[in-house]
Amino acid sequence: MVSTTHFLVLGAILFTIGTVGVIIRRNVIIMFMCVELMLNAVNLTFLAFARHFNQIDAQIFVFFVMTVAAAEAAVGLALIVQLARRTNSVDIDQADTMKW
Amino acid sequence: MKPLVSTAPLRPLKLPQKHEVTDTQVDIMEYAPYAIDIGKVLFLFSAVMGIAAILTWMERKQSAVMQDRIGANRADIFGFRILGLFHIIADSVKMFTKEDFVPAQGNHFLHTLAPMLSMFFALLTFAVVPFGGIYQFGDLNVSLQIFDLNVGLLFLFAMMSMGIYGFVLGGWASANNFALLGGIRASGQMISYEITMGATVIGTIMVYGTLSLQEMNLAQGELLWGWIPLWGVLLQPVGCILFIVASLAETKRVPFDVPEGESEIIGYFVEYSGMRFGMFFLTDFIETVLAAALTTTLFFGGWQIPYLYSEGFLFPWGWSLELSPIIVMLLQVGAFMSKISFFCFTFLLIRWTLPRFRWDQLMRLGWTIMLPISILNIVVTGLVILILDR
Amino acid sequence: MEELVFYLCAAVAIVAALTVIVQRSAVYSALALIACFCSVAILFFQLGAEFIAAIQVIVYAGAIMVLFLFVVMLIDPESDAFASNRLKKLTITAVPLAAILGLLLLWAVPAVGPNGSDSSHAATGGIEPLARSLFSDYLLPFEVTSILILVAVLGAMVLAKRTD
Repeated sequence: MVSTTHFLVLGAILFTIGTVGVIIRRNVIIMFMCVELMLNAVNLTFLAFARHFNQIDAQIFVFFVMTVAAAEAAVGLALIVQLARRTNSVDIDQADTMKW
Repeated sequence: MKPLVSTAPLRPLKLPQKHEVTDTQVDIMEYAPYAIDIGKVLFLFSAVMGIAAILTWMERKQSAVMQDRIGANRADIFGFRILGLFHIIADSVKMFTKEDFVPAQGNHFLHTLAPMLSMFFALLTFAVVPFGGIYQFGDLNVSLQIFDLNVGLLFLFAMMSMGIYGFVLGGWASANNFALLGGIRASGQMISYEITMGATVIGTIMVYGTLSLQEMNLAQGELLWGWIPLWGVLLQPVGCILFIVASLAETKRVPFDVPEGESEIIGYFVEYSGMRFGMFFLTDFIETVLAAALTTTLFFGGWQIPYLYSEGFLFPWGWSLELSPIIVMLLQVGAFMSKISFFCFTFLLIRWTLPRFRWDQLMRLGWTIMLPISILNIVVTGLVILILDR
Repeated sequence: MEELVFYLCAAVAIVAALTVIVQRSAVYSALALIACFCSVAILFFQLGAEFIAAIQVIVYAGAIMVLFLFVVMLIDPESDAFASNRLKKLTITAVPLAAILGLLLLWAVPAVGPNGSDSSHAATGGIEPLARSLFSDYLLPFEVTSILILVAVLGAMVLAKRTD
């Protein structure tokens, strides 16, 4: 059996990569993908703890995280499409005015 | 591997004293599970590819018969033609030797990857489809399913939804707007009908109380009132019809072939030729086999033959016929294969009978007719289960 | 064997995640993310969460990422994200920040205590305990998420159809 620590370390690494991606990339779509990556790292951590403490509740939490992520992706991508239509670019720095 | 020296003195004690047990025999028994696993994979793979290859010939020959033509019969080897069956070989030779064209503006890597992906996931789906029951040969327990997953049905849907990428990427990597639109139509159609399919299958899950396909098949061996085989089609008649329609839509063949439209509308594989096109083409047939296999497994008893149990036939009117496990196994695998063949034949019949849906009709059918009915099916199934439990 | 699967999947996940953030083409980023999600799904399976693993592939890799790919392919963002001048400054800040974050997270890991305190993962595997818990203790949150999804669907449609 692979130890819980292994999974936690992997989760930490993935989360960090996601954070770095959000910071260094200016492409909204890729930044959004990095957020999804971070959510996934957290899910991995949750499930590692679910096994560690032998409890089902963490799995249910992951289930909710996934449904919320799906809803978020739908709305977020619609926003990105709008942004791309108006500014002709997906560079987040182009979207620096509050109002058009 | 354990060293031979330490295991050899222990082994003979466990085995019955029928005959001399030598070391080599012990070793063979140790490797048997692996050998059986490999055998199962090879058997299922060759069966699926074989049926898919024969379907490419069937498609032409059956349409010819239906339209009062002669159909493909020209390929011959030393004058033998056997109904044009050699066209399968001729076709594959042609596919492999044709020019393998990649659009200059396109993405070479993804252009190559796309057909592989679609075929890979279509084949992987078969890993959870049981093609036979569970049999006892001496000490060996053989379950004729490659991987008995607790969540087998969900695995199936996972692989199906991954299969979409092949078509989307194929359309995009061709650097052709018509191909891109075809890829988008393909994924739109597959996602829409996957939802209906998922909602339909929930009824089946509720009835059997399991997600494992092997357990579902075992449950379909039960008898209702002692003589009616309790197949899924009896328990979920509406679900069965919806499932067949949705799985036909998943195969992207004629009534639902808006993504491809071989002759008129341009589909996602316009820019493909040679064996890459061949892989997309074959994927369609593999998906037809898959649709047939799933319909069989979920609604028509899978490998079950009515009144055939692991010891032999036992008819409700009292007759019985004892059979050895090997014969039972062969009969049941044969039953599964013939059921699949029957449904493939039916799907081809549908393919050559119905005209193509228009895109808006297709979407309306999926979202405003089939999805509400399948949700209603869940509600009714739940109510019936509740009433029967009381 | 189990360790081998873990290390293989972990390596694929990390390489894919790195590809997501360094790849110029958004299509390749999306594909790398799909690969990452799939290998993480295998790890979920290894953790005994079979249902969640399947849902991960169906929802994340199969549905959400298809949406991402659609958006990437249709609006074709070839605008080069690396061209902007701010990037160098950002990268210089990001690396130490990332190092600190990573170290903090790794520092928290040993606080878990001795591993495998209750060793086996007896009842977590099946779908039934999950369903029971979801439809009894967590019924209200479950219903609320369905409303959330409904709102999200409507919101996405309103946003995407707006053409002023």
